[in-house]
Amino acid sequence: MSDFLFKPFDEMTPDDYAEIGFKSGLEIHQQLLTEKKLFCRCPAGKYNNDIYHAEILRHMRPTLSELGEYDGTALMEFKTKKDIIYRIHYDTVCTYEMDDTPPFEINEEALDIALEIGLLLNASLVDELHISRKQYLDGSIPTGFQRTAITSVGGFIPYKDRTIGIIQMSLEEDSCREVSDFGHTRIYLTDRLGMPLIETVTQPEMRTPQEVAEVNELLRRLVNSTGKVRNGIGAARQDVNVSVREGTRIEIKGVPRIPMIPLLTYNEAMRQWNLLHLRDELNKRGINSDTFEAKYFDVTKLLTKTRYTPIHNAISEGKMVNCVVLRGWRGLLRWQTQTDTYFSKEISDRVRVIACLSVLPNIAHSDSRSETLSSHEWQKVRKFVSASDDDTLVLVWGDARDANTGAKEIIIRTKEATIGVPSETRQALYDGTTGFERILPGPQRMYPDTDLPPKKITDERKLRIKQNLPKYFWERETWYKSIGVPTDIIKDLSVSKYAKTFEILVEEMGISPVFAAITLINFPKKLKKKGKDISFLDSNIFIQVFELFKNNFICKDGIFYLLELIASNNGKFEKEMIPQHCSQSELLYEIRQASKKVEKMKLYDEKNKITLTLSLVMKNLFGRIDGCIVAKEVINYFEKEMNNEQ
Amino acid sequence: MSNSEDYKGYRGRSLEVLQNFNAMVWSEVYLETSDGTFDGIILPRSETADDQHVVLKLPSGYNIGLRADKIQNIKILGRKIAHYKIPEKEFPFNPKLPKVKLFGTGGTIASRLDYRTGAVIPAFSPGELYGSVPELADYCNLETEKLYGVFSENMGPEQWIGTAKAIAREIEKGVHGIVIGHGTDTMHHTAAVLSFMIQNSPVPIVMVGSQRSSDRPSSDAALNLIHSVKTAAESDIAEVMVCMFGPTSDEYGLLHRGTRVRKMHSSYRSTFRTIGDIPLAMVNRQKITPLRNDYKRRRNDKKVDLFPYFDDRVAIVYYYPNMKSDIIDSLIDNGYRGIVIAGTGLGHVNKPLYPALKHAKENKVAVYMTVQTLWGYVQMYVYDTGRDMMELGVVPTANMLPEVAYVKLGWALGQTDDLDEVHRIMLTPIAGEITEREPSNGYLIFQGGIPEVEEFISKVRK
Repeated sequence: MSDFLFKPFDEMTPDDYAEIGFKSGLEIHQQLLTEKKLFCRCPAGKYNNDIYHAEILRHMRPTLSELGEYDGTALMEFKTKKDIIYRIHYDTVCTYEMDDTPPFEINEEALDIALEIGLLLNASLVDELHISRKQYLDGSIPTGFQRTAITSVGGFIPYKDRTIGIIQMSLEEDSCREVSDFGHTRIYLTDRLGMPLIETVTQPEMRTPQEVAEVNELLRRLVNSTGKVRNGIGAARQDVNVSVREGTRIEIKGVPRIPMIPLLTYNEAMRQWNLLHLRDELNKRGINSDTFEAKYFDVTKLLTKTRYTPIHNAISEGKMVNCVVLRGWRGLLRWQTQTDTYFSKEISDRVRVIACLSVLPNIAHSDSRSETLSSHEWQKVRKFVSASDDDTLVLVWGDARDANTGAKEIIIRTKEATIGVPSETRQALYDGTTGFERILPGPQRMYPDTDLPPKKITDERKLRIKQNLPKYFWERETWYKSIGVPTDIIKDLSVSKYAKTFEILVEEMGISPVFAAITLINFPKKLKKKGKDISFLDSNIFIQVFELFKNNFICKDGIFYLLELIASNNGKFEKEMIPQHCSQSELLYEIRQASKKVEKMKLYDEKNKITLTLSLVMKNLFGRIDGCIVAKEVINYFEKEMNNEQ
Repeated sequence: MSNSEDYKGYRGRSLEVLQNFNAMVWSEVYLETSDGTFDGIILPRSETADDQHVVLKLPSGYNIGLRADKIQNIKILGRKIAHYKIPEKEFPFNPKLPKVKLFGTGGTIASRLDYRTGAVIPAFSPGELYGSVPELADYCNLETEKLYGVFSENMGPEQWIGTAKAIAREIEKGVHGIVIGHGTDTMHHTAAVLSFMIQNSPVPIVMVGSQRSSDRPSSDAALNLIHSVKTAAESDIAEVMVCMFGPTSDEYGLLHRGTRVRKMHSSYRSTFRTIGDIPLAMVNRQKITPLRNDYKRRRNDKKVDLFPYFDDRVAIVYYYPNMKSDIIDSLIDNGYRGIVIAGTGLGHVNKPLYPALKHAKENKVAVYMTVQTLWGYVQMYVYDTGRDMMELGVVPTANMLPEVAYVKLGWALGQTDDLDEVHRIMLTPIAGEITEREPSNGYLIFQGGIPEVEEFISKVRK
């Protein structure tokens, strides 16, 4: 293995990443924009946050996979013995989500969207949909599994001068939102549970942290360009798989924002690289998986008088302290793994998650430089457990059951260090490092859903979707450039749900591309700022309003005026909303009235007279006449006035 | 050929294609189609599915179906046969713990995947049970015996009698408690009939099942099993009981008297409710909490009274407005000997049925009245209709549940042809099927939405 030493994040080059064999792939979860959930008829996209009506308590037990195997993650979660509590709100959850009613038939709208996105990714759609159960024993789904089905296999997207392969896409139900996880109790909100979601899995073909973020952004924009996916916080979440040469595929779970990806993948690569070096160091010391030696002892009695607060408090609460002896490990718990993070964190994480010892610090060790036990106490313990100075001691405390689970887990994790990088899923932390979440689940956790039969996907259905496929956003962008759409709008418009509307306006109705683009992208933003609900503004409304404009029923400014009225009227257009054209005489009257008002004002600069008058007139006539006509008339008026005065 | 294990479940076009390439089920394959290439394992196919698709398990563990017509080539790379086996561990023996016998009749309490139908089928042994629910060894020394492997809708007189005899045999051998694994749909029928067939048991007889099959992590099977085994081993209640979830949460189980219990929801975990009374007790991993005191106590002897009789020429008629008399007539003409009517309200049917009831009386067909309201007593004196019907020989059965009256009538007719004797048996309470009084908390169906109910639900995990 190469001696390459990690540089600070900003100094790493693509060659450096090639040197360590950096490889990364993505699993992108994207909520679909449907009215209802995937397997029941509860509303999708409605969140209740802190309000709930009832709680349900469940426990999870591991079960066998279809091929008769237990999944490692499942067994790990079972070790934690958690009380899982679901908070339910009657408006968003029915008896299906709570696993008290079998699933209803799959949401066809969601299936169509998944198939459409599969085709956009150049994938092969499956002929028959098989709904599987993917086990999740963390409780994030009350059934203990997620209903999920592959909708397409294979595919690719163009990236730089190459393509990035897609492994598969699945349609699945979203999980609960975690409220808290402390000790042996984990609490979930259930509103999001069961919403339709697609998971797109790419090949591990990204070679640098920056590439991972770029490909993610590309895929995000591609699915957005259908206009059929959800946006906003939590609507898209990505799992990032990272490995280095000789390392292990590690899944960083639920990265909420794409800009976090480069630093996270950098730190994860560094962690793996450093763990591999730690393995080499252990081997150098003669410690491998065969010679590895560790034991644990109950040392509670030795520490009854300690002044180290965490242990002092634990013992006074009647808890137990175990000491794990790691033979020949001296100093290695301070081995750096990530930025400002050391191997002891790997151990502490495991103890926190698996033994449910959530109060930190949950371990103390003899390699530590911070103050824990006094040196006299360490000596006493060392003697009791007959450890030498070459050994590292790790203390863990809690209820007898948790302290024992903790000690065993410390031994498991340190033994894994002799092999290299254990398979895990890790959580993204805000400082850009990753923390242990659970053992990486394998294919053993899949099981066919016996509640729903396979569903045939007909050729007619595939064809219908193929014929209505949207253009690729990068093709749209090239076209926009060629017809002069303002540069700052291009990016938004190409993935907007109005992209198709834009095509109709420009190509079929002959509206100016610039005006159409500004209307479709900037007007809704402006209305939103004014507090209007723009979700009502669909393609039909825009087309209707532009028809009125094209046939001279309204002026250019009348478009915004009318859109505002429609948005305020829950998306309903009524004839009475059409503003009356302003006649020339009315305009002149308004200008005279306005200028009279302005005359009475004390102006700092006489030049402002014109703009002030203009704004007063526009206030009264907005939507009924275009601003440029008014401006022209106001200027005319003042010129005449001046001439008259002369 | 379609039944062959080699191509399990495949037929028609899909079978033809697989046979062309010698691609048997469980083959690891590289599959070329007009849509692209796929790696995976060929899985057996459900027999109820169509004959056009091949099921492939992808390396990710997902399954997909591919149209057989699109398959151009299948390269066989190996074979991976599934060994679906719950890890079996010998059930440990502890001389200090009581002996419990678990009878299996079927149902989802212990089940695994069946490729033939794509549904779950039952399977269990003490070793398998210990492998998946090791907690059972904390309560007892367990023995199991598979009596039947049927879904609960297929349980009938033959199985009821067989089960009753098996129970009596075990009791005489000196077991400390009996658990019966049973599908939930008709568990209350079996519970009721066993309450009549097995009388004066010295030990608890506990029926148990699960509403969510044991192949899912959130299954209620394990906890129900633990609760029922604890009850059989330790409880002082020597009656036939149903032990199922109290609330939908994993909190505690309820022990319901076998003659007063009913499945009340098609899918909820807490589907079993005691009707017209309160349950016998609550049970969790730690303790059994009796809710009443009038139960039969455990004894140290091995004596039990067995009455394994049943005449299946009995029917339940669920009355509805405008029912015609030919419904009853056809039962009489087809040789039925007993009819239980689930009448409206206090136990009524309409006048056009009277001739048929008279017809029944003349033909010595026993007719008993229950209420379709489930809660409450038959009260045939209140209205003229009721009095008229009693004139016609219809016998009110107090607050016996319709299904209970049905199995009791079959059981009574299995013992005697003498309708007076049947009448005596029917109206003599044996195992709580008729109670003298209905406590006012025997009927509590909370109405969701009402503020005080919502307040209660928000505080108590139901």
